Amino acid sequence: MAAVTPLIATSGLKKHFGGLRAVDGVDFSVMPGEVRAVIGPNGAGKTTFVSLICGRIEPTAGTISFDGSDITKLPAHRRVRAGIAYTFQITSVFSNLSAYDNVALAVQRTLTDGRAVGHLREGVMAALSATGLADRLHEIAGSLSYGHQRLLEVAMGLALKPRLLILDEPTQGLSDGEIENFVALVREVAREATVLIIEHNMPVVMALADRITVLDAGKVLAEGAPDEIRADAAVQAAYLGAGA
Amino acid sequence: MSGESSPAKHYGLHAALIALLAVLAFLLPEYHHGVFARVMVLAVFAMGYNLLFGYAGLLSLGHAMFFSAGLYGAGLTMVHLGWGVLPAFAAGLVAGALLSLAIGFLALRTTGVAFMIVTMMFAQVFYLALFYFGSWTRGDEGLVIAQGQRRLSFAGVDLDLTSPVTRYFAALALFSLVLVVTLAVVRSRFGRVLVAIRENEERTRMLGFDAFANKLAATVLSGVICAAAGAAYAILFGYVGATFASIQYSILPLLWVLLGGAATTLGPLVGTLLMFYLIDSSGDLLKAWLPGWNLSSLGIVGVALVLLILFFPKGILGTVRERWVRWLP
Repeated sequence: MAAVTPLIATSGLKKHFGGLRAVDGVDFSVMPGEVRAVIGPNGAGKTTFVSLICGRIEPTAGTISFDGSDITKLPAHRRVRAGIAYTFQITSVFSNLSAYDNVALAVQRTLTDGRAVGHLREGVMAALSATGLADRLHEIAGSLSYGHQRLLEVAMGLALKPRLLILDEPTQGLSDGEIENFVALVREVAREATVLIIEHNMPVVMALADRITVLDAGKVLAEGAPDEIRADAAVQAAYLGAGA
Repeated sequence: MSGESSPAKHYGLHAALIALLAVLAFLLPEYHHGVFARVMVLAVFAMGYNLLFGYAGLLSLGHAMFFSAGLYGAGLTMVHLGWGVLPAFAAGLVAGALLSLAIGFLALRTTGVAFMIVTMMFAQVFYLALFYFGSWTRGDEGLVIAQGQRRLSFAGVDLDLTSPVTRYFAALALFSLVLVVTLAVVRSRFGRVLVAIRENEERTRMLGFDAFANKLAATVLSGVICAAAGAAYAILFGYVGATFASIQYSILPLLWVLLGGAATTLGPLVGTLLMFYLIDSSGDLLKAWLPGWNLSSLGIVGVALVLLILFFPKGILGTVRERWVRWLP
């Protein structure tokens, strides 16, 4: 296993906003096929960290490599084409366009890049069906319920045929039933893609993650299998605020 | 907007409109016949503007320079170099393409209000440059293209573009071509990306699209279409003057598009036509209803626009689409 190149790796990754060290020297790697959860208290730098990986923001220092090649300087849209998909924490669908058009944008990208073949419509319907939105394709995205907009966001991510799918708090605002379907969906996705998931819902994390990385104050506090993390005293302290 | 809806409806509707305009050539009284020829050319200008403003969401206040690039590209080569109609028209298109590429490259680094100001500033530079090179352009006074030059001869056919009927059909041919091109672009994947950029640029980028490259492509396409309108205007109406590069001609296409409906393929024609008749008739109406007040017809336009924005912010066809005909492209 040691010979396998990590799909995504960061080295000494930093992002400072003025005096705030949102991400402060993170060394991190995820193996292909893994489902990795990133957890941590509010303000730990989780969203900033994955935003650096997908290229929405530029790092202050450090490097990022994807499948062995350095992507630190690559603009976001080129990273998406290379296979890194990001779904937004704050739902960011095209609210004036139909659900169909939202997903069609993602599908036509993969068709143009030659990462997918076939007809636009088939690709769109596949992603909408996987997220249970197939019967809502003509609805305007902005008029969908919040839960359905979250799922549409995930459908767009899936339709990009990513090698690395980054999900930023995907279950926020979903009902229990929807969360159950969502967990099944991510398991399905994980058969073909590597998944990096930021999540606050611990049952979801425990059900999905192969490994967990805990961030606190911009640094990696702990990393390991779910059982190890659950037992880690430092993690409990960070979450519960108890003196160690 | 959705490439999902039936192509037959879309193309059928546009073909019907083109057929209607062709029939009108034989029915319209002489004065209105001339108005329609002019409006069709100006509607091409509006369609070019709509592509960038309506679909890609970029509000330029400098499109007079693209119209004028075509106008002067064709006019100067005809007057000073004695070029024929077709090469002069091509010169207009090339001028528009080069100018919009350069302006787009610089101005697209900005967004929103800054984009409006930067485009307006460049257009003003263009306008003043016309006076600086007054020995060729003759500034405000402008240039008149000799009647004898405004002929098109090919394959044994000799068309006199100064004759009203030929001129009408030349205008209709250009209008139809640009209308169909616009419809095809709007229905295409490129069109969907432009709308996506207008709606949410960051999300579009995170779907793997190069927002800058797409906006630049839209700017050049818009610039070339506006230049085509300018070149046709010079050739068909025989006059090239600096007025067409003034700020007024940057504002007009915005008003036409807003009136007809931004991001609708047929809105530009509707807006241009209505605005023309509104200005045309308001002078007489004001004289008849408010004699002695000596009001400017532009006041009527202003009032009409305020009412429009208050009650129909999506323009005429935008409102029609929203309320009744959802499939309207």
